[in-house]
Amino acid sequence: MPMSSIEEKARKAQGKAAIYGTDVDLESYESEAKPQEIVETAEDLPSVVKKAALDVGVKLDAESSGAYVQMDQTPVVAKSLYEGVEIMDMASALKKYDYLQDYWFKLVAPDADKYTADVAQSPPAGYFIRAKKGMKTVFPVKSCLYLGSSNLNQRVHNVIIAEEGSELHVITGCTTPAHVQRGLHIGVSEFFIQKDAKVSFTMVHSWGKEVEVRPRTGITIAEGGSLSNNYILLRPVKTIQTFPTATLAGRGAVASFNSVIYATMGNIDIGSNVNLNAPNTSAESVSRVVSVGGEVIARGRMTGRVPGARAHLECVGLLLSDKGRIYSIPELDGQSKDLEMSHEAAVGRISEEELEYLMSRGLTSEQATSVIVRGFLDIEIKGLPDDLKQEIKNITQREDLKGAG
Amino acid sequence: MEIVDLSVSIGDKQVLKNFNLRIGSGETHALFGPNGTGKTTLLNVIAGIPRYTIDGGRIVFKGLDITHMSMDERARLGIGMAFQRPPAIRGLKLKDLIKIINPNADAPAILKEMDFEAFGDRDVNRGFSGGEVKRSEMVQLLAQQPDFVMLDEPDSGVDLENIKLIGEAINSLTQKDQRPSWRTKSGVIITHFGHILDYMKADRAHVMLGGAIVCSGNPGEILEQIKKSGYEGCAGCLCPA
Repeated sequence: MPMSSIEEKARKAQGKAAIYGTDVDLESYESEAKPQEIVETAEDLPSVVKKAALDVGVKLDAESSGAYVQMDQTPVVAKSLYEGVEIMDMASALKKYDYLQDYWFKLVAPDADKYTADVAQSPPAGYFIRAKKGMKTVFPVKSCLYLGSSNLNQRVHNVIIAEEGSELHVITGCTTPAHVQRGLHIGVSEFFIQKDAKVSFTMVHSWGKEVEVRPRTGITIAEGGSLSNNYILLRPVKTIQTFPTATLAGRGAVASFNSVIYATMGNIDIGSNVNLNAPNTSAESVSRVVSVGGEVIARGRMTGRVPGARAHLECVGLLLSDKGRIYSIPELDGQSKDLEMSHEAAVGRISEEELEYLMSRGLTSEQATSVIVRGFLDIEIKGLPDDLKQEIKNITQREDLKGAG
Repeated sequence: MEIVDLSVSIGDKQVLKNFNLRIGSGETHALFGPNGTGKTTLLNVIAGIPRYTIDGGRIVFKGLDITHMSMDERARLGIGMAFQRPPAIRGLKLKDLIKIINPNADAPAILKEMDFEAFGDRDVNRGFSGGEVKRSEMVQLLAQQPDFVMLDEPDSGVDLENIKLIGEAINSLTQKDQRPSWRTKSGVIITHFGHILDYMKADRAHVMLGGAIVCSGNPGEILEQIKKSGYEGCAGCLCPA
């Protein structure tokens, strides 16, 4: 789409409310941020940022294929450590590659809502990650989006291209330090997974009690390609609304979405939307939600348009407080014969029997609850390197996950 | 372990009536009786499962009145139980539970002892067969090393080979491998068929009927009596005390 046309569309969509989620007043946030100092490598980052990244599972010091760190609106590091992966900040990438215009706002419409419109009208910031044809990485690309100034509207636009036959793992931690009272994060992400490419994308969110978050994600997966998308939110947030859409465009493409949510407060509206548009495609979406106070809306939509498509949705929730709410909305839309689509949804409490069983072994009621909640949130994620799997496990293990307090 | 005049009900149904039993230090007792006679209720009440109403009496362990103590306090005081039908715990690996129960436990050795190494990385009891669940229970008790061990049908659904393994584990938990005068641990086992008694040592047995003990004596003689005249025949108790 020509840039002029994107801007034109975005202008018209200013103020257009999103279909889901509470409305955010963009005017109440500042759009300009003080530029941050750019550093050569991730090791040179301020220790506060490194620590914050570590806190969301992004070990910038450990082995990786490269790193991208954005503080407020400044990409402070964009560096590849492996020849098979290119990592750049978005503004530089758009200057370097004319072809990127063909990918820009291709999977997310600039006029989808006021958030996408806002990003479309802002100077580009975010990461461009390209896994080169046939190149496979084991170590993940590590990225951290750090919102360090109060009242800022942080806007990010990311593009990932996994070229034919490549393998790419990305872990992104999005976080705010404790001193940030209030903030907004809008992230547009467009992932292009080409023929036979394999991508895992893991996102860990750790925001503040007055931070609002509106990710907007579009993904396309070509023949034989696969995506494992993992989302983890265990810390308080004011509001989040996201509904990433993946289109399985080529024969045999596979998408798997896993979400792990522990809500203490706020309004959390999450889910995934998968279009199965090609033969023999399959999709799975698993979400585990625990609420001890927050309102969680877990959406899942699968649309099967061709014979041979297979889709499964699973949303299981533990509601541990009257102050919380878990609203599970699984939707299956079959539009062809010979497809298989199913879903399983449940909202309940911790079983007394399990609690008593663990207490009979000497665990206190609080310890037993925590063990059960932790186990409940421990999803077996397939297709991840072992290190990354362990890292995800560590994140859920170290959190102090209580029952209703 | 001493149970004195204990009366217990569930809802408005009385299950145990003025129940009395004393299990001395170093002793292991077996409980026989038809289904629904209150055997499992007795064990659950000793464990402290809160679904029951204690209408009267008391439970004394190590000189302490534990009648109204919480489950976890009782466990920490040394009471352990192998459940008849325990729940599965999603996302909790058996080897991790062993460490939670007892951080000093040698998990690999315990799993090996029960020929259960392949299950250490599995979620506790999840997808286990009936016999596997029983071995999982024994593994947990071997980690816990309770001073008073309760076994609710540890042999049901278990094949012959593993009944031997479970019997040996019970002997080890109740220190039957040590001289009688050295034993300090005690236990109680519920069994329907008594096969397990071929592989473990019980010092005394009781027959329960209608929420009370109607006969007590040597385990072998009591089993023989049950085989001969059924549980009802025990009501008159012909066994030598």
